[in-house]
Formats: sequence, C-alpha cells, structure tokens
Amino acid sequence: MLLIHCPYCEEERPELEFRHAGEAHIARPADIASISDEDFAQYFFYRDNPKGLTFERWRHIHGCARFFNAVRDTVSDKFVTTYKTGEPKPDLAEAANENKPQAKKGRGSK
Amino acid sequence: MADVQIARALPLAGMVHGGAEVTVSAAPAAYRISLRAGGPAVAALSKALGVTLPKKPGTSASAGSRHALWLGPDEWFVFDETADPAADCAKSKAAHSAVDISHRNTAILVSGPAAADVINAGCPRELSLEAFPVGACSRTVMGKIEIVLYRTGAEDFRVECWRSFSDYAFAFLADAARGL
Repeated sequence: MLLIHCPYCEEERPELEFRHAGEAHIARPADIASISDEDFAQYFFYRDNPKGLTFERWRHIHGCARFFNAVRDTVSDKFVTTYKTGEPKPDLAEAANENKPQAKKGRGSK
Repeated sequence: MADVQIARALPLAGMVHGGAEVTVSAAPAAYRISLRAGGPAVAALSKALGVTLPKKPGTSASAGSRHALWLGPDEWFVFDETADPAADCAKSKAAHSAVDISHRNTAILVSGPAAADVINAGCPRELSLEAFPVGACSRTVMGKIEIVLYRTGAEDFRVECWRSFSDYAFAFLADAARGL
C-alpha cells in the first residue's frame, strides 16, 4: 500500500485515509466579480495536466481531515514531498533530484 | 437533557463475541463530544475539562474517567462514562465548538492477545506497540467505514464508530475474530 506523509499528523499513513483534492496553488482572484469571463474560465475550469511532477492538494479525510499540498510524480505515482497548506512551493529542482531512479525508496513518500 | 440522551438505547447493548485469543464487546454508554478550538482557547478548555488536551499528533490524555483524543490540529474527541464534558466546556468563556456526539458514535472494545490482528483485518494502520503505543489514537478506516481507534492497553483497543455503522463494525470484528 502506498504510504503518504501527512504534514499535520507528522507520520506516514496508508493511502486509504486520503482523498485527492485537485491542483494546488490556484489563487482565487481578489475581485472575482470584475474579471472577464475568459479570466474566470482560466481560474475556474482550466487545469494543468503535466506528465511528471505536479503540485496537488490532498486531504487526509480519514485522519486529521486537513488539506495539505503534495508534489507527486504523475508517471511513477511517487509522492516527492508533502507540505502544509499556505507554505510556499518547495524547490522543484531539489525535488526532482530526490526523484531520480537511484533514489527509489520502498515507501510512497519522503 | 443530557440525562435523557444517555438513557437512550445503545445499538450494540450487551453484544459480546468471545474467544481464546480475542474478545469483541460493546462498550458501556458514554458522553462524547467533538471539540474544536484554536490555539489560545486550548489552555482554558483543558482547565475546564480537567484534562490537558494533547497537542502532539496521535496522542491522548486521560484524567479519571475522562479521555481526550487528538484527532486534528484543532480537533479533539473527548469521552467520559460518568460526567458530561460538554457541560464543562460550556463553563469556559474561551471560543470553541463542543458538539455532543454521545449517540452519534458507539464503541466496541477489542481485547486479547490477537486484538491488533483482528483490527488489522480491516484497518491498514501499523498497530505494533512501537508504531501505535498505549494511549495512541487516530481517526482511520476499518473495512468500509471510518473509525476512531484508541489503544487503551497493550492488548486493548477501543473502536469508535458511527451508530448506524455499528452492526457492520461489530460483525466485521467478530468475523475477523472467528478467522483466527
């Protein structure tokens, strides 16, 4: 079973306790009534669908119930890192290095 | 009001599944609250409740018959078989939310040398004493339902589940115990 590190519970927990919650770091426009339909569509509907490292929100719904952010590789399904909501994006270069094949670990996250 | 609530029938009243390795039984009635509170209110609520609300993830604190379980960074599950913790919280002026869930939940006690194995039949958590020591608690999953698991002794667990899922939870645990 994939183990995911919850930054609030501070330990690795089974994937069954988690739910995916969409792309992370999408800021709601400050004045949403004044933006154009196109800008609203970009904010509301359009999402990246990268092959490789992606920033996602996850929710530890059957644990502490908190949302947090995770960097996951969409190819290998490896969780590169997880961090609390509100914290800045981690350095991707560093994350990518950690994710090199020789750094492969038995656990789902590190 | 509280007296009326605690007098309600328990869904699993009197149910016991015994065996040499493990005993699965319904827990007695208890007052339960779901407590939500932010940083500054925690100390005041701890004082009102008479038990220090744990701040370390996955830990619990007990004082007499009262037990406070850490569920989230601002969420605790408090249960007490003799006195109503909601009434004590109400005495505190600190901002908080204490919801009486005495009868939303019911509890199943799993005891015996094979207690961890029986729970692990449906729960993916590691339940060795190193990973889940006595006093450890957590919301997690068992089979198809969500539970709050609380280790009360080396071979004793309390499984809190929602009332409407209690038949399923008890049957699941009894079935797992039969398979030993």
